[in-house]
Amino acid sequence: MLTFDHILAHVKESCAHGEPVALENTSPKAIQIPADDLIHVAENLYRHSEMYFDMLSCITGVDNGVEANTMECVYTLYSVPFNSQLMLKVILPRTNPEIDSISSIWKSANWLEREIFDMYGIQFKSHPDLRRILMPADWEGYPLRKDYKQQEYYRGVKVES
Amino acid sequence: MTQQYQYKDTNLILSEPNKFNAANLRSEEMIINLGPQHPSTHGVLRLEVLMEGELVRDVVPHIGYLHRCFEKHAESLPYNQVIPFVDRLDYVASMNNEHAYAMGVEKMLGITEQIPKRVEYVRVLVAELNRIASHFISIGTYGMDIGAFTPFLWVMRDREHILRMLEWASGARLLYNYIWIGGLFYDIPVGFEDRCREFITYLKPKLKELEEILINNKIFVERTANVGVLPLDLAINCGVTGPMLRASGLRFDLRKVDGYSVYPELDFDIPIGEGKMGKVGDCWDRNYVRFLELYESLKIVEQCVEKLTGEHKRSRDFDPQALVPKKIRPKAQDFYVRAEIPKGELGFFFRADGKSDVAFRCKCRSCSFSNLSVLPEISKGILVADLIAIVGSIDILMGEVDR
Repeated sequence: MLTFDHILAHVKESCAHGEPVALENTSPKAIQIPADDLIHVAENLYRHSEMYFDMLSCITGVDNGVEANTMECVYTLYSVPFNSQLMLKVILPRTNPEIDSISSIWKSANWLEREIFDMYGIQFKSHPDLRRILMPADWEGYPLRKDYKQQEYYRGVKVES
Repeated sequence: MTQQYQYKDTNLILSEPNKFNAANLRSEEMIINLGPQHPSTHGVLRLEVLMEGELVRDVVPHIGYLHRCFEKHAESLPYNQVIPFVDRLDYVASMNNEHAYAMGVEKMLGITEQIPKRVEYVRVLVAELNRIASHFISIGTYGMDIGAFTPFLWVMRDREHILRMLEWASGARLLYNYIWIGGLFYDIPVGFEDRCREFITYLKPKLKELEEILINNKIFVERTANVGVLPLDLAINCGVTGPMLRASGLRFDLRKVDGYSVYPELDFDIPIGEGKMGKVGDCWDRNYVRFLELYESLKIVEQCVEKLTGEHKRSRDFDPQALVPKKIRPKAQDFYVRAEIPKGELGFFFRADGKSDVAFRCKCRSCSFSNLSVLPEISKGILVADLIAIVGSIDILMGEVDR
């Protein structure tokens, strides 16, 4: 089984747009990578026979608030044969956040990315079917953003009673 | 003040529009709408089915009808007050959800090692009882989807015993709020262990009956074997977990892999699908794996009762709330915890900022959500009747899909 340092070195190789950073105080261990390198890093982690992260367990969107003015996507990967977990973290700007879709690598990303689009308004480039998934299609705003204010009326019904 | 909903035909189309446009279909194609109110969709799942003659060409699940903003609630309530919301995720297996959530927060606080063994054994005992109840629902309603009504009533009768026992322990039949961060609401009542033993003796012959009337029933086998085969590589790629992944032939159970709680001290097996009636990973296999897990859960219950009356037996000075923290404030960190609930891997992603008692972000990775996303992949070129069989075999629970 590979150690975290090896994985970090591999990730470093496939990053062209900046240095990956190993983060502290996370479990499982996390690496922060530049947003433009995500698809290469993911591809490498998925295909490489020594790492073989074949399952994408979870994608989490995080809004750091208006002051920090950033959003994050956290990918939790799992390797079934090696029983190892890894977190990848990508930081995005809060206005017009955009990132490559990884649903061409892991099919489970399809719905998980749709959910993040629904809740945070992060656009996933080249996603096959980016629609709202939990909220109604004509709902306004992105509910999990920290500065979200719900609309006053939805179809003539007052939202807040 | 009463409010009037403005009814317009266009409103319905706007809120949850179909993916396929009926105007662009070829002459042999048509769209069938299934649900959201239909018994065989197990709640409020809507399926938009594109048919080509009698064959299904594509299925588009529409979800979100039971969305209750769990993640938004979890961002505004202290950790201990989120537990009732966690109950309502997978509402037929609340104990398992609570166990996963409490375990995650305890690990963040770093008090996992201090939790008394008796508390952990009680947690595992009630969680496994609830796992049996959840699998009963799954197997029973699956039989009903296929057309067997009797087994449904039989398993509901047996499930009632479990619900009464859990009501005795916690005071509620479905949504317990029993497992707290750092302990339990109460110790189990006096006589609970004996009742568990009675229940095990009662249930074993009933499982034999269930196997004869449903699992090995010729009509049931004909309807489910070789239907909806899910290959292992596709299952892993789609993030499928739980009995569905095991039915595809991988011996993967987080209770063994991660070995959390007291599971390493307990002796149980992990059944996998072997393609006994058809191919590995078909609907029959998925249902059969759940059925075999009933026996494994019974084994665990038996061992827990053994421990709770022997090594970690009831004592006067035992207080299950002794370690419940007054203030739950984990240090700043990102934490992903996962645990095996009846339907698969339940994960929670926490971000604590170290400054407040409220999670900055709490994401729930639900297994039914990921398991359901595989449906369009395995239901191409089948009949509508088989689609019902596949949806039933996934064992989705809309409370958990929509959160």
